[in-house]
Amino acid sequence: MNETKAPEAPRKLGAAAPRTRLSKLFDNRWAGLAGLLVALLAPFVNASNYALSIMTSAAIFAMLASGLNIVVGYTGLLDLGYAAFFAVGAYTSGVLATRFDLPLLVTVPAVIVVTVIAGIIIGAPTLRLRSDYLAIVTLGFGEIIRITANNLPVTGGPSGIYGIPSLTDSPVTFYYVTVAIVAIAIIGASRLGRSRLGRAMRFVREDEDAAEATGVHTYRVKLAAYIAGAVWGGLAGVLFAGHLSAISPNSFTFLQSALVLMAVVLGGMGSVPGVVLGAIVISLLPELLRGVADYRYFVFGVLLIIVMLVRPQGLWPARSKEALK
Amino acid sequence: MTQLVWNGLFVGSFYALVALGYSMVYGIIKLLNFAHGDLYMLGAFSGFAVLAALGGVSTAMTLPVLLAVLLLTMVSTGLAGVALERVAYRPLRGAPRLSLLITAVGASFAIEYGMRIVAGPDPQVYPVRLSGTAFEVFGASLTLPQLVLIGVAVVLMVGLHLLVAKTREGRAMRAIALDPRTSSLMGIDVNAVISRTFFIGSALAGAAGVMAGAYYGKIDFLMGFLIGLKAFTAAVIGGIGNIPGTMLGGLVLGLLESFGTYWLGGEWRDVFAFGVLILFLTVRPTGLLGERVTERV
Repeated sequence: MNETKAPEAPRKLGAAAPRTRLSKLFDNRWAGLAGLLVALLAPFVNASNYALSIMTSAAIFAMLASGLNIVVGYTGLLDLGYAAFFAVGAYTSGVLATRFDLPLLVTVPAVIVVTVIAGIIIGAPTLRLRSDYLAIVTLGFGEIIRITANNLPVTGGPSGIYGIPSLTDSPVTFYYVTVAIVAIAIIGASRLGRSRLGRAMRFVREDEDAAEATGVHTYRVKLAAYIAGAVWGGLAGVLFAGHLSAISPNSFTFLQSALVLMAVVLGGMGSVPGVVLGAIVISLLPELLRGVADYRYFVFGVLLIIVMLVRPQGLWPARSKEALK
Repeated sequence: MTQLVWNGLFVGSFYALVALGYSMVYGIIKLLNFAHGDLYMLGAFSGFAVLAALGGVSTAMTLPVLLAVLLLTMVSTGLAGVALERVAYRPLRGAPRLSLLITAVGASFAIEYGMRIVAGPDPQVYPVRLSGTAFEVFGASLTLPQLVLIGVAVVLMVGLHLLVAKTREGRAMRAIALDPRTSSLMGIDVNAVISRTFFIGSALAGAAGVMAGAYYGKIDFLMGFLIGLKAFTAAVIGGIGNIPGTMLGGLVLGLLESFGTYWLGGEWRDVFAFGVLILFLTVRPTGLLGERVTERV
C-alpha cells in the first residue's frame, strides 16, 4: 500500500502565535524606544574606537536588515543579492565624493536615483515571473555588481576606493548620526509596513492570486517593495562608505547578502523589532565568539534550515493588528 | 573560430550535466534546489577522497580508474541528494514557497561550509590529471580526455532522456510534475519517486564534479556556487523543466560564454552570462524549448 500523506494546509508565515505574557512585553510599543535608549547610552559604557566601530557597523547592518525586511518579510520576495544595492549606494557616493570632492551628504540624492534605477532594471523583468526566478536573478545581479566593481577603473578595481570623507569628525558623533539615521530608517520601514501599501504587500505575500483578484496591482506593489528595499540598502551603503572611508568589492559578496537574509529570517520575517534584534545579534556574534569563526557559516546554514522547519515565523514574530481584533 | 565553438561545447556539456539535475527537480516539485551546485562540489570532493585512498594511479590506468571513481561518486552524491531532500525539503512540502527557498539557501551554506570544516579552506589539487596531446580538427585543437568527457556527458544525458521518456519510472515522474495529488491517487509512491529524482539529479551533478576536478585539476569548497548559477542560467535558456531543452541550454550558454569571452575579455565572462540570463527572462522567460506554464490557483 502506498500511504501518502495528504498535503498539509499551507503554513502562514505571519500566523499569529499564542499571546503569552512574554510576547505582550515584546509587543509593547516601548520596545523600540528602549532599544533606541540602549543604542544611545551604549557609548557611555564603552567608548573605545573599537567598540564604537562595531556598534556603528551593527547599526548599519540593522538598517540593511530593515530594508531587506520590506522585500522578504512584507512582500515575500526572496532577494539573494541584497548586497548589490548596498554596493551601488556605497560606490555611487564613494565615487562622487572622491572624484568631485563632494561632501557625503550631497551624494545622497544621486544615490537614491541610482539605486531606484538599479531596482527597476532588476525588478521590472523578473517580478512578472514566478518568485523563485527573482531569487536566482538577484543572486546573479549581486555577482554582476561585484565583478563590475572589480573590473572598472572608475571604481578602483580590486583595491576599491579610499579616502571617502566621513560625515563627521569624531567616531562618537558619527555613531550618533548613524544611530539617528538608522532609527529614522527603521521607523520609516515600520510605518511603510502599516500603510495601505504595506498591507497590500502582505496580501501579495499571503496570496498573490487573491490579491490580484481583489484589485491589488500585484506587479506594481512588488516593484514598489523592491525599489524601497533598494533605496534602504543604498542609503545604508552611504553610511558604510562614510564609516569605513574605504570600500572594496570584497565587502559586497554573496556572504554579505546571506547574512542580512539570515538576520531577517532569524528575527522574524515581517517583524520590525525582530529583524532589528536579529541584525544586532548576527553582527555582534562574531565579535563575541572569535574562536568559532570557522564554524560560523556552517552553523548559519543549519540554523536557516532549522528555523524554517521548526519556527518559520522567526524568534520575534510579526503580529498584525488586524489578527488581534 | 572553430576553437571557440569547441571550447563552448566542451564547457557547455558540463553546464548541461549540472543543469539537468536542477531542471528535473524543478520540473517535478517546482523547487529551485540552490544546493545543487554544492552537490557538484561534493562530487568533486568525494572523487578526490576515493582517489586519495587508492594511492597512486599509473598513467596508463588513469581513464578506467577515473570511470570507476565516477560511478562510485555518482552513488555517493546521489545518496547525499536523497538525504538532503529527506531532511530539508520533504518536511516543508506544502509550506509557502519562500520557506522552501530559504531552506535551500541554508542547505547550500551548510554543505559549503561543512566541507570547509572537513577539507579546509585551501584549494585541493586533484591526484589525477587528465591531459593528453592535442590534435587538430578543422583548425581547433582538442584533446583525447576532452572527447572522453564529452562522450561520458552525452551517454549520461541520453540515458537520462530515455529514462524519463520511455520507462515506467519516467512516466511516474512526468505524472507527478503534472499533478502530485492525483498521481498518488493512481498508486504512485510520490515520495519515493521524488527521492529517486533527487538521486539521479545529484548523481549527474556529482559526475560533473569529478570530471571537472580531473580536467581542471583544482577543487575548492566554493566551486559549486558559480556553476550552480550558470546551470540555472542554462536551464532557463533552454526551458526549465524540459530535459532536451536544458541540454540545449547548456550548450548554448557554453557557446555564448566562449564568444563573449573572446569579444569582451575573460574578466567579463560571468557578467555576460548573467546578462544573458536577465535578457532571456525579459524576452522569453519560458526558454527556447519550454512550454508556457500556467499557474494554477
